[in-house]
Parts: sequence; structure tokens; C-alpha cells
Amino acid sequence: MFVAADIARAAVGGSLVGLSTAGMLYTHGRLSGITGIVGGAMHPKAQSESWSWRAAFIAGLLVSGLIARVVRPDLVTLHNTTNVVVLAVAGLLAGFGARISGGCTSGHGICGIGSFSLRSMAATGTFMVLGAVVVYTMRHVLFGGGV
Amino acid sequence: MKRLLISFGWDALFGTGLLISGMTLPAKVQGFLDVAGNWDPSLAFVMGAALAVFIPLRILIERRGGVHETLARGHYDVRLLGGAALFGAGWGLGGYCPGPSVVSAGAGALPAIIVLAGTLAGIWLADRTRGSAPLSIAPPASPDACAP
Repeated sequence: MFVAADIARAAVGGSLVGLSTAGMLYTHGRLSGITGIVGGAMHPKAQSESWSWRAAFIAGLLVSGLIARVVRPDLVTLHNTTNVVVLAVAGLLAGFGARISGGCTSGHGICGIGSFSLRSMAATGTFMVLGAVVVYTMRHVLFGGGV
Repeated sequence: MKRLLISFGWDALFGTGLLISGMTLPAKVQGFLDVAGNWDPSLAFVMGAALAVFIPLRILIERRGGVHETLARGHYDVRLLGGAALFGAGWGLGGYCPGPSVVSAGAGALPAIIVLAGTLAGIWLADRTRGSAPLSIAPPASPDACAP
């Protein structure tokens, strides 16, 4: 179930994400695609000149989580019942797929659609549909609402 | 150094936005994706609001000119759409996309740390496939839409 407060929080949080994305474009001339930035940071030798801002970018994300842990731990899921193997496979698929596709939720969904890219719209539509298919399969076919 | 601090600041803001919005709660994300079941549409407003803020600012920034990154060009091919399909499957399965998994890992959340480890492995694997086994006829130019 959801309530109006959830919508308000989603809109406020989304606005901050949009502001940050525009801010990175303004001050650094960079689009904030998380998978691309994390992937680039994994090759420090190949991209030495741009490694440091990527590291600062990732540090900013990590520190926001650390602060949330202290002030609002209810905003993160510290433990859940999802199987460790399922989580690892989920991450593997998400990382592999996003890197092959050239973007994830932030890259295609915000930067790409925000730049009116038809390719990003196609990619975003595709990953939304597949996400829905997988969740439907887990919740209503395999486990009957148990996940 | 100043530029690094600014980058840090913008992305602490990015992470804070994800935290406030509910994107770091995988069960809520899966509720958003559960269109055919007990659908929780509230997270649609995250992307909606982000775009509503980003698009006008991007247009202003581009009008001012200057050097900035633009999207990679390419085809509608197996890499774009097949990759997106795999990404969507992983997103639905775990309830984490890469940004929220990094933020939640910063909070020390164990599920997110496991997902993030898988994500890093997935990115590494994807980079290994590039060049050796091209999946498409697209030029291998800029592999990442948002961070070449």
C-alpha cells in the first residue's frame, strides 16, 4: 500500500536527484550515470585524469548512506530475508546489463530521457517491463506473495 | 580539490534524494514494479520529479554553451535492449539499481553490499565482453550513455 506522503517523499527526493544531476552537468560538464561512473572508476589507469571526480562522486553517495544510518536508519533496508545468492545474481544481472546497455536507472532514466534520447526511452521501457515481469513471476507465480 | 568537493557535495545530495524518495527500500521498489499485483506507483514520482527539475536546467546549461558530456550515439541493438532487459531482471530480482545499492552499502546494509558486489562483477564481466565478442553491428565508440 502507498499513501500520499509516499508520493510527496518520492517527489521531493526525485527533485533533489534532478538538481544534483543538473549540478554535475553545470559544474563538471558530466552526466550522472551511476553505472558509467562506477565502471569508469574501476579502470583507474585508463582514465587517470577523470578518476578522482568519479571517486568523489561515489564517496558522496556512500557518505549520504552513512549519515542516513545515523540519523534515519529507517530509510535503508539493513537486513532482509532475500537469499544471498539471489541478491548476488540480481546485482550481477543489473551491473552486466546496465553496462552493456550503456546506462541504468540514472543513466537512461534521468540523463538519457532528460536529454530526449529515444534510445534511452526504449531502454527505460525495456528495463521497466522486465523488472515488472520478474517481480510478477516471483510474487505471484513462484512464491505466491512471499518475496 | 575544490572540484572534488563540489562533486562530493552534488552526489551526497543525489544519495540523499534517493534515500528520501524510498529508492533505497528494495521491497518498495519491488512494489513499484509489481504492476500486475499490489502496485505501489509512488516511485514513479521519483523519475518524474527528477526529470521535471533536470530538463529545464539542462536546457539552460546547454544554452550557456561550454564543454559538457553528451549522450553516446548508437543503434537499437542487442546491447541496448538486451542489456536493458537483463538490467531490469536484476533490478526486479533484488530491488536495487546501482545508485541505491551504493548509497545503502554506505549505510552498511548487508543486502545492498552483496548486490553491489554482484554489480561490480557484472560491470567487470561486461567490460571483458567488449571488443572480444561484439554483440552488435554498432560501432564500439562510446559504450556508456552517461559516462564515456
